[in-house]
Amino acid sequence: MKIVIINYGAGNIQSIKFAIQRLGYEAVLSSDKEEILAADKVIFPGVGEAGSAMGKLKDSGLHLLIPQLKQPVLGICLGMQLMCKATEEGNTSGLGIFEVNAVKFSNKVKVPQIGWNQIAKFDSVLFNGVSENEYIYMVHSFYVPICKDTIAVTNYDLDYSAALQKNNFYGTQFHPEKSSLVGERILRNFLEVV
Amino acid sequence: MDIKNGRTVKGINFVDLRDAGDPVELAEIYAQTGADELVFLDISATEEGRRTMADMVLRVAEKVNIPFTVGGGISSVEDVDILLHNGADKVSINSSAVKNPQLINDLVAKFGSQCIVVAIDAKQIDGQWVVHLVGGKVPTKLNLFDWAKEVEQRGAGEILFTSMDHDGTKDGFANEALAKLSTELNIPIIASGGAGKIQHFTDTFLKGKADAALAASVFHFKEIEIKDLKEELKRNNIPVRI
Repeated sequence: MKIVIINYGAGNIQSIKFAIQRLGYEAVLSSDKEEILAADKVIFPGVGEAGSAMGKLKDSGLHLLIPQLKQPVLGICLGMQLMCKATEEGNTSGLGIFEVNAVKFSNKVKVPQIGWNQIAKFDSVLFNGVSENEYIYMVHSFYVPICKDTIAVTNYDLDYSAALQKNNFYGTQFHPEKSSLVGERILRNFLEVV
Repeated sequence: MDIKNGRTVKGINFVDLRDAGDPVELAEIYAQTGADELVFLDISATEEGRRTMADMVLRVAEKVNIPFTVGGGISSVEDVDILLHNGADKVSINSSAVKNPQLINDLVAKFGSQCIVVAIDAKQIDGQWVVHLVGGKVPTKLNLFDWAKEVEQRGAGEILFTSMDHDGTKDGFANEALAKLSTELNIPIIASGGAGKIQHFTDTFLKGKADAALAASVFHFKEIEIKDLKEELKRNNIPVRI
């Protein structure tokens, strides 16, 4: 299986590579269009600020490539938010895969949310073997509201999307690569079941 | 974990470790036994020690499936770039932020709030909480609460507050100061310094309103098992991953 992690200069991608390695697979970090197109599975990471991340995607033309991919694609954290129509962070337009916008948490809660939280209401094979209310690791200031593409729900300030899916596109707000055994199961599902 | 030249240096008493000084092996054990997050503090303070730390970060990222923070001697955007690139989830800065507060803004602009922790060491002098540097040895002119607010305004994602009055006492966390920080600020506060028994953790969440608690020696010397601690927290209705 050929796994490509899209390398566009956004954040902590070694951790994803290592997490995949712990599952017994090798992933390649790449920004090469041919290599991404030829992959069986594509991971679209993202840590940092949305505006600058989207700028980097546009500089490399990857913003046009990603929405056209036909193989399973998993966006993680900011990666998932950039797959939406737009995000309030830096008033940035996204890739428009999910018909929803990322918005900021209210000031009723501490922002960013940093730490472990629970996920539930699964509606995808991505969560095969994961129990309702298991804990996963989250670090973010913006969230995606519940929408028709929501496949898992979490709560902080309010109920919102912990994960999204539309056709071959998947997204998790949480970091499976940092979410202990539960995260490993979800990553394994993306590699082996999806 | 305190790290010197890539090795854990003190307060480690795990009989079942193959190599008592190997931070990677210790980190794996903590990840398996239920720690939610790990913090590595580099106390090498030499160029060579720093390079070793960057290598250690890469080896930890390879083996460990929970988040970790790296601190100690970080003073530039370049320092942070290497650590995050090697797989650290967050970095923590302390003295360098006091000496050059603009560094917080620069790091946040480049890497985002979520990975920038500012560590603050403070102790009470004549009833005032005074920020200290160099592990609590050197007092500054800064008041804890004023500095914490400035740190938040400059964009830091979290504050790691260590009370030098409580650190090492095993007599509980500085819950009064913690509660004030937690109430006045809108970013997560990590409590550090003073953990001696399980009740202290319950107290720091309920009375200190801490968002997270950090401890070293009680875990290193197995005075508290993480599993027992978490079960007790859960009994007190504190949300915790078990």
